Amino acid sequence: MTVQTELDNAAPSKLSVSAITKRFRMRGSEVHALDRVSLEIAEGEFVCLLGPSGCGKSTLLNIIAGLDLADAGTVLTDGKLVDGPGRDRMVMFQEPALFPWLDVIDNVMFGLKLKPGLTNSERREVARFYLKIVGLDKFLHANVHELSGGMKQRVALARALAPNPRVLLMDEPFAALDALTREQLYGDLQRIWEQRKKTIVFVTHNVREAVCLGDRVVLFSANPGRIQEQFRIILPRPRDINSVTLATHATEITKALKGHMKPEAEVAE
Amino acid sequence: MKRFLSAAAFFGALLIIWEALVRAKIWSPVLVPSPVTVGEYLLEAVRDGTLVAASWVTMKRLLLGYTFGIVLGLPLGLLTARFKVWQDTLGLLALGLQTLPSVCWVPLALIWFGQTETAMFFVVVMGTLWSMIIATDNGVRSIPPIYARAARTMGSRGLHTWMKVMLPASLPFIVGGMKQGWAFAWRSLMAAEIYVTILSGFGLGHLLHYGRELNAMEQVIGVMLVIVVIGLLADKIMFSPWERYLHRRWGTQGK
Repeated sequence: MTVQTELDNAAPSKLSVSAITKRFRMRGSEVHALDRVSLEIAEGEFVCLLGPSGCGKSTLLNIIAGLDLADAGTVLTDGKLVDGPGRDRMVMFQEPALFPWLDVIDNVMFGLKLKPGLTNSERREVARFYLKIVGLDKFLHANVHELSGGMKQRVALARALAPNPRVLLMDEPFAALDALTREQLYGDLQRIWEQRKKTIVFVTHNVREAVCLGDRVVLFSANPGRIQEQFRIILPRPRDINSVTLATHATEITKALKGHMKPEAEVAE
Repeated sequence: MKRFLSAAAFFGALLIIWEALVRAKIWSPVLVPSPVTVGEYLLEAVRDGTLVAASWVTMKRLLLGYTFGIVLGLPLGLLTARFKVWQDTLGLLALGLQTLPSVCWVPLALIWFGQTETAMFFVVVMGTLWSMIIATDNGVRSIPPIYARAARTMGSRGLHTWMKVMLPASLPFIVGGMKQGWAFAWRSLMAAEIYVTILSGFGLGHLLHYGRELNAMEQVIGVMLVIVVIGLLADKIMFSPWERYLHRRWGTQGK
């Protein structure tokens, strides 16, 4: 394998989520996190899972990642059953989860080192390529603690992209960042998505964020976690989160979201 | 350089005060020898080889037992952190025995092994082992679970996760444990050497003990100084570089 073939885009996956059910116990009471949730995601589609806290959207993401097991139901990637984590589906968490004992480039190389068929200098070249994509090629040897919150998430993005996955799973990756940094990252993520052709599943509770990023917004309701409604967002890209048309779409979805959150509903938090 | 100068000035002042007190003749010079006398003893002891030989014997015992304790304690600590069964058995034993001052092992070691190097080795190992197990165990338990999850998504499993994630992630705790283990081992070895004579080698503790027997206060103080200096050097040479590295990487507060 050469660096060039390694850097060629891996074909994005089609995801089929069918009848996923998940319950867990939390302080003695049973939480019905997901109730027979089914979802088809096309190759290269950018899908946002939107909903209030506790609606099971993160749980679904973890099940697609293979990090958690469903009580019932299946997830297929290109027809193949998901039964554990895999390099074809990389995850970005709300926390950067970078390793403080490694510098920036070694963090990006962590996953690459587990990938056979490459020499270390080739891996280094691949890591450098992705750090350049996220705009951090000047910080190869910085320590993790020296980076700002936004830069840390950029490194986490480069780390997730580096093994050339077919699917990118993102669990509120920008929730802890300040508004300005977040807006920059919306632009970068859209650019990278078009450039690298990934299927992206993006979990958020921010309506505007969902409308800004997604081809489709899937609205969840809580307890039991179910899909309530889906919205196809047909807006030209790159989208600006401050645009008026985007705000109109967001308002519509916010109304739907509030409609589903009945006052007597027991929503966590 | 400025820090070196202030340290030098501080210790210089201590020496001058000491000398001045001796010259004031408040106490008998048999009880409080002047720094010059102590210096003369140290010079003489270095020249005739007793001090160097004794330091060498002590360091050899310490490093042997300490290394063994660390090498044994690290994997055992990983085991107690990983498996409930080990935590409920060995983990509990380690927690209990860590509270036991390691000097308390000396009588037992003497009965089991007699006045031998093995007894010394045993005491040093007991001083190191338990705190190493507990520090490693603590270190692994304090790792944010997200590290292991992130590693799993990148294809890390089993032993790879332990070697490449859990071990480095708990490094700050492990170095802390190694430092504590060193302090315990050093104290217990000194106590053991003062307490018993081992014919196969005279360590610094014996030298201190004979100073007392001979009522040679300059020897007592001189050997004490050497013990302090060795402790300081061990800290500066063995642990400071590690701590500096950890502070730089993790961004924790350095000195």
